[in-house]
Amino acid sequence: MPPLHYNTIAQIAHSLKVGETTSVEVTQAVLDRIKAVDDQVQAFLSLDAVDAIAQAQASDERRAQGSTFGPLDGIPIAIKDTLAVKDQPLRCASKMLESYTSPFDATCIRQLRDAGAVIFGRLNMDEFAMGSSTENSAYQTTSNPWDLGSIPGGSSGGSAAAMAAGEAIATLGTDTGGSIRQPAALCGVVGMKPTYGLISRYGLVAFASSLDQVGPFTRCVEDAALLMEAMLGKDVLDSTSIRPQGDTHYVQALQKKKGPWKLGVPREFFGKGIDPEVKANIEKAIEWYRSQGCAIIDISLPHSDLAVPVYYIVATAEASSNLARFDGVRYGHRSAAADDAVSLFTKSRGEGFGEEVKRRIILGTYVLSSGYYDAYYLRAQKVRTLIRNDFENAFEQVDAILTPTSPTPAFKRGERSDDPLSMYLSDIYTISVNLAGLPAISVPSGFTKAGLPIGLQVIAPAFGEADMFAVAHAFEQAHDYYQQTPKL
Amino acid sequence: MSYEAVIGLEVHVQIKTRTKMFTAAPYVYGAEPNTLTDPVVLGLPGTLPVLNHLAIEKCAQLGLMLQCAIAEQCKWDRKNYFYPDSPKNYQLTQNDQPLCIGGKVEIELPGPSRNIEGEHRWVQLNRIHLEEDPGKLTHEAFDTVIDFNRAGVPLAEIVTEPDMQNSTEAVAFLNALRNLIIYAGISDCDMEKGQMRCDANVSLRPVGTNSLGTRTEMKNLNSISNVKAAIEYEIARQTQILDEGGVIVQETRRWDVDSSSSSSLRSKEEAHDYRYFPDPDLMPVQMDPKRIEQLDAQLPERPLDKQRRYQGDLDLPYTITSVLCPNLQLSEFFEAALEVYAAPKAIANYIANDLLRELADASARGASSHCVSDCKLTPAHIATLAKIIDTGVISKQIGKEVFTEMFNTGIMPDVIVKTKGLKQSNDSEEIESLCREAIAGNEKAVSEYRAGNLKALNALKGPVMKATKGKANPAMLDDLLKQLIDKA
Repeated sequence: MPPLHYNTIAQIAHSLKVGETTSVEVTQAVLDRIKAVDDQVQAFLSLDAVDAIAQAQASDERRAQGSTFGPLDGIPIAIKDTLAVKDQPLRCASKMLESYTSPFDATCIRQLRDAGAVIFGRLNMDEFAMGSSTENSAYQTTSNPWDLGSIPGGSSGGSAAAMAAGEAIATLGTDTGGSIRQPAALCGVVGMKPTYGLISRYGLVAFASSLDQVGPFTRCVEDAALLMEAMLGKDVLDSTSIRPQGDTHYVQALQKKKGPWKLGVPREFFGKGIDPEVKANIEKAIEWYRSQGCAIIDISLPHSDLAVPVYYIVATAEASSNLARFDGVRYGHRSAAADDAVSLFTKSRGEGFGEEVKRRIILGTYVLSSGYYDAYYLRAQKVRTLIRNDFENAFEQVDAILTPTSPTPAFKRGERSDDPLSMYLSDIYTISVNLAGLPAISVPSGFTKAGLPIGLQVIAPAFGEADMFAVAHAFEQAHDYYQQTPKL
Repeated sequence: MSYEAVIGLEVHVQIKTRTKMFTAAPYVYGAEPNTLTDPVVLGLPGTLPVLNHLAIEKCAQLGLMLQCAIAEQCKWDRKNYFYPDSPKNYQLTQNDQPLCIGGKVEIELPGPSRNIEGEHRWVQLNRIHLEEDPGKLTHEAFDTVIDFNRAGVPLAEIVTEPDMQNSTEAVAFLNALRNLIIYAGISDCDMEKGQMRCDANVSLRPVGTNSLGTRTEMKNLNSISNVKAAIEYEIARQTQILDEGGVIVQETRRWDVDSSSSSSLRSKEEAHDYRYFPDPDLMPVQMDPKRIEQLDAQLPERPLDKQRRYQGDLDLPYTITSVLCPNLQLSEFFEAALEVYAAPKAIANYIANDLLRELADASARGASSHCVSDCKLTPAHIATLAKIIDTGVISKQIGKEVFTEMFNTGIMPDVIVKTKGLKQSNDSEEIESLCREAIAGNEKAVSEYRAGNLKALNALKGPVMKATKGKANPAMLDDLLKQLIDKA
């Protein structure tokens, strides 16, 4: 048995059920672990330990009275700093929101509370979820627990690193272009991005509204399935959320669905720019599926090379508008040097936002400008449709698609900081999934010779989560990669 | 050279709904500042808009009332601009897919005198779209304060074609528009409360030409008299510039009420680039044709259609219909009275003359009830009064007294007649003997009547009426006097 803080949700739920442990004990174990390792990992921006223990006590009392809420009751789950938790800081790792606390819970947080989860901590991220290394946080740099000199990926780097370091039983992140899956791969944990609209975005501070989704980081696929079952559903507060279609009994599906599956391998994802060790690792994973009787089908997603440029038009356009509300008028950073309305806007924003956020706001403002809209934004939306069609065509032949999650393992801190383009290419295998609104999961698939984790991405058709989980679960359970932990 | 003006108006109308356009926060006029807000209204991080379907339906009804085509689908766009009254620094509006397309409004131009009907014509509309109202800025001595109560109130923007030629037409249009909107129950159109606001576009062209000249847009016209004054000022200003060989500069101008003049707000070069793009947080709205039919069926007859009907079918004079028809309450009161007793002329007269006079007197005395809806009279009162006069229970003369009494007390006229003993005297013997006395007492009048002066009879009626306290049946009295004089 691993130490308590490295247990899965399923393991803890069982221990709680049979009375081997309590939520307070689990929560305290996690808090102790944070105390022991977070100086090195720097995953947490803030932590309200008193509130966490109080929630754990409430859970234990419920259980003592025989009225427990289910498998998530008493499980400590830590939250990315871009999801609103009532009366907790909501800073999006930005100076702009340094003193801001949210007066309400995000819908997904309310759902987890309703399931009894202990909601705690604010996890570091790239400012406003813009980045792939968590180096764009205005507060601190998070380390990859497998190599403290390397980045954990991003933007949900804090959520991934906390999982790898045993600082939470599960965490939540958000994924706009790979911000859950890429850090999950780089930190050797499970990270999942649902079908667009499956989880409410209410309470998620918008970066790119048509791409953003909330998703879980967990130790294993089953835990991700558990969390997804608790969070999915149409929300009256989010007009883009949709009533789930298809099989949503994800945990059951892991037992029922055993393949063999028809699995697609897009040749465009194994070309230029992929690290040879990553390539070999994913090819080995594909061979494992073949050995299990799956049909491996060579497919083409011909517009894949356009995903990154399309993404940086659509996402920045939406971001330039979404982030306009941070102006120093009603909340957030207000420049002391302002002397009229215009300087209040320009100085507050100039002081409050970091370099990458400014870069994307400027880019997004440009592509929406009069005279450029048709050439950039409108054309990007058309290409987006082509990318979606590529996937639709592929899913006529296959049940799921296998790719690397990231072209490289974790890179050294500072290595790409001065080169935005190479940073943007970190998400080359994940971005098209967001553009098409599809579900995808990253599962640990092994390690480089240097001991850095590698992730396998499983992409499914819209609302194909049950199959996606089953495909990922089969590989995961046949290997022990997900059970490995870094030395800290 | 002589010029003609071309005028187009943009009229903003607040749609009367219990809650705001994109959230459940309530709206009422005149509440304490910033008490009618919620996280969505204030644009707090993580909030999302949710459409108020009632606002859509009311706007569709507005469109139907103004004879627009209702779009099968409309969508939401973001209009991006920084201004402190805009909580998100973008306004949700409908840029290229408005809810209502085209449309026309029948207007009545002033006649040669108040009592003579003027010429009618149609003003063509371009579109009506829905958007959210911003907050309200108030500039104080050293500060500017913001009230976000108004922010998010559904606002319909009615855009006319450049289809008016002078301020008289513009005023007639606004009056007709206001009547239509109040009739349909869409808004109270109180310009002092900001429920209706108007911008005017004015250009000049040489008489007899068809192309449009350079236009200016006049903002801040918050009363109909301001619209009139500002248009006249602008026509004179542009005429002078053109007469002096100058060129009109395309610009936005601000009307200043105190100085009765306008000044430039911004030129075309300084115009905002609003960077419109489809809002990714809201889904396009599909309009159900069956629902549109239902909404159409709920609408009342248009005021000028009603006026035509009253003048045609009911043979009422313009002097009466021009009072009844622009006021929905009055015309509904009238029609309800007709249901009780079908005497259109008598009832219309009582409403247009007696009732309005009593209401005006009551208002002058400071009484709280000075509109039809909260006075003590019901349509049944007036219908019953007309009926008991027609059936000879009381005379018209006594009717006036009964009217005042029932207006003040709310007692039904037949009850007043009974309790006060006002029933008309049809006792021919009594009246005949009084007539003989009158004839005997006034030979001068008798001889004048015989000489052909029919009016001389009135001098004989007076004493009879006095003796019967006005209750003598006037027709009977008339007949008896004539008979007695002729016989003698």
